[in-house]
Amino acid sequence: MATYRTCPRTGLQFDLEADKLMRWNAVAGVLWLLVGGITALLVILTRWPAIKLLPADQFYLILTAHGIDMLILWIIFFEMAVLYFASSTLLRCRLATPKVAWVQFWLMVVGGIMTNIAIFQGESSVMFTSYVPMQAAPHFYLGIILFAVGALIGCGVFFGTLVVAKREKTYTGSIPLVTFGAMTAAIIAVFTIASGAAILIPTFLWSIGLIQSIDAQLYRMVWWALGHSSQQINVAAHVSIWYLVAAVAFGAKPLSEKVSRFAFLLYILFLQLASAHHLLSDPGMSAEWKVLNTSYFMYFAVLASMIHGFTVPGAIEAAQRKKGFNNGLFEWLRKAPWGNPVFSGMFISLVGFGFIGGISGVVLGTEQINMLMHNTFYVPGHFHATVVVGTTLAFMSITYLLVPTLFKREMLFPKLCQIQPYLYGLSMIGLSLVMMGAGTLGVSRRHWDMAFSGAPFQYEWPGAAYLMMGMTGILGVIAVVGGGLWIGLVVLSLLFGKKLDGGPVSDKTVPIPDQTVAASASATGSEEHVSVPGTVVLALTLLTCFVLYYFVNWKYLSEVWGLS
Amino acid sequence: MSAILPPSERLWWKQPIAKIEWFWIAIAFVWAMIMFVMMVYWHINGKQNLSNEVYKTTPEMFAAKTEKFIKENTIRTETDQQIPVVKVPAGGEGYLMARLWNWYPILELEAGKTYKIHLSAMDYQHGFSLQPVNINIQVLPGYEHVVKMTPTKAGTYAIVCNEYCGIGHHTMLGRIYVK
Ligand code: HEM
Ligand SMILES: [Cu+2]
Ligand SMILES: [Cu+2]
Repeated sequence: MATYRTCPRTGLQFDLEADKLMRWNAVAGVLWLLVGGITALLVILTRWPAIKLLPADQFYLILTAHGIDMLILWIIFFEMAVLYFASSTLLRCRLATPKVAWVQFWLMVVGGIMTNIAIFQGESSVMFTSYVPMQAAPHFYLGIILFAVGALIGCGVFFGTLVVAKREKTYTGSIPLVTFGAMTAAIIAVFTIASGAAILIPTFLWSIGLIQSIDAQLYRMVWWALGHSSQQINVAAHVSIWYLVAAVAFGAKPLSEKVSRFAFLLYILFLQLASAHHLLSDPGMSAEWKVLNTSYFMYFAVLASMIHGFTVPGAIEAAQRKKGFNNGLFEWLRKAPWGNPVFSGMFISLVGFGFIGGISGVVLGTEQINMLMHNTFYVPGHFHATVVVGTTLAFMSITYLLVPTLFKREMLFPKLCQIQPYLYGLSMIGLSLVMMGAGTLGVSRRHWDMAFSGAPFQYEWPGAAYLMMGMTGILGVIAVVGGGLWIGLVVLSLLFGKKLDGGPVSDKTVPIPDQTVAASASATGSEEHVSVPGTVVLALTLLTCFVLYYFVNWKYLSEVWGLS
Repeated sequence: MSAILPPSERLWWKQPIAKIEWFWIAIAFVWAMIMFVMMVYWHINGKQNLSNEVYKTTPEMFAAKTEKFIKENTIRTETDQQIPVVKVPAGGEGYLMARLWNWYPILELEAGKTYKIHLSAMDYQHGFSLQPVNINIQVLPGYEHVVKMTPTKAGTYAIVCNEYCGIGHHTMLGRIYVK
């Protein structure tokens, strides 16, 4: 028999088992973010040419740990919490099979630790992509496999909870948009994990000698069906959080449910195949295959992101205008709660993801232009704008809401909480830009020494490349401080923050109380079509930057050696 | 309805779509199609397209071809390691091996001429990154990729390895001369 508590501050109702699972998953995520943050500092201090902290072997070891602990462990643990929240909490439903959900948690813990042991033993510095034929220790792969099985179980519990909610009629009509977004994330996750199994299980067998060899191109193709779609999970998850924040901070309603949901569906329908854009400069695929799979299919997913990029601020603008912030184009934005880290973090995430991560990603994913940037520092520059500014910052901002409601603690140091999203978000946007700048000048990613010490020849990078790498160092350190500040604030608040009332406990679900976060907007009527001129201007600005930058790169390409 | 509550017009697919949203979807769609067409257009009219000529090979086979090419076309050797500098016949075929941790041999080309350069890796994956031109191509073991290149300007060019290939990755620097 499930028991529930209703948070007195937000009206959200938590199944106590789900409540505990969310807390443990979120905490595990934060701890991995801590490990990832320490490795980030070591990576950045090594790539900063004036410092060059670590020797080569340690650098590659630490970089492998950074990729795994950040991209996989931090993000996916947090996503498990998001899935349980979007199902059990938002549908006011008991969590299906909480016992099985604990298997999810412990498998992921064991898997994560196992892979980290392999990395820190030093025999598995293969980067998170583990391209064959470079080989890691067997438990490197095994750990990831266990972790993935855990994540798959988590998705199963999520789907199970949707079924329970439907059967027990805990809601009427369609599921809420945020849950819908989380559902698309979970569906993509199932595909992702299937691809992961298809590549990592053979690779594991190869590492213990049961399979003779694995084709390098085949590996890359199947691996990126895992690697790319998992980024799609992240996008679906953080876009859901944008909608959630718009709802709780403004009572915003999507301009139209149909458009927003349709855009989520496009992610499912069209993104898997985009793994092709990781193979654009590879030998083994034909040009037709590349063009078809990156564009025809991917651009529908780009379209989906462009839609969300419009409807999220549009929803906020509509809500603000209804409250009377109607002067000029942007009063609604100026009068937004910029001092509330839940909102400021979400908005920086939205703008940074769209303007920096989105534009650079599409340009990078253009078949011929990819040759200008493939494997350069541009690539990590691009994805720090997506997975850090976009996903990580969105997760950080929602945590400012979760600490009081889920962990029942007041955030300590509210002034520092206010600054943190700016410190982290803006330095990370700057970091992404200078990394992309260095990559445009050719500087390689995953490269210990841009002075090539020990090489038979010399090559001197342009001075601007050194300048960019120096700025990478400075902005990277600031970003680490910003990230560390968040971890510090969260951990200290969890330990020492003022304890808050958890609310009444009962074994029955209660209806959504009015005038609360849970019922943030009045429960009647769909959004009237308020005009949103400010959002239109923002969207057209994005498009203008996009078009200009896109064609600048074609121009740049036309000037290099002829290739055919 | 707010995003965390069920939509009040219970069935989302029956809700109308605002004009302004149609407007943005239409623009975004047109832009997506322009980007699609650009890639196709460049295949027809652009001068920088990655070749599709690829053969399956083995490290042994590729090394043998490279050695033969070096034997027939070497013009001098350079550095203490006696790395051969090989002049690729104008308009002809050249071979470039990626291995732990060098690009072998050094090629000499002429500006304005078109060459067929065969690329393959002998061991791990490597990355052909021509600097300061900034052309980047993945090089895989087992695949012989025949890339047609037309250098535009005379000079000394570096080939950086930009796919991580182990502890000596940063020393993997090759060279191309263009006369
Ligand atoms: C605090 C801030 C961070 C800094 C300063 C930082 C810095 C860096 C740098 C400089 C690289 C490139 C290293 C190279 O290619 O030589 C890198 C790689 C990477 N980072 Fe971060 N990062 C940070 C946070 C994050 C976060 C939060 C995530 C994920 C959520 C992340 C995911 C990755 C991944 C996946 C790679 C690629 C590793 C590889 O090439 O194998 N980083 N990071
Ligand atoms: Cu290499
Ligand atoms: Cu290398």
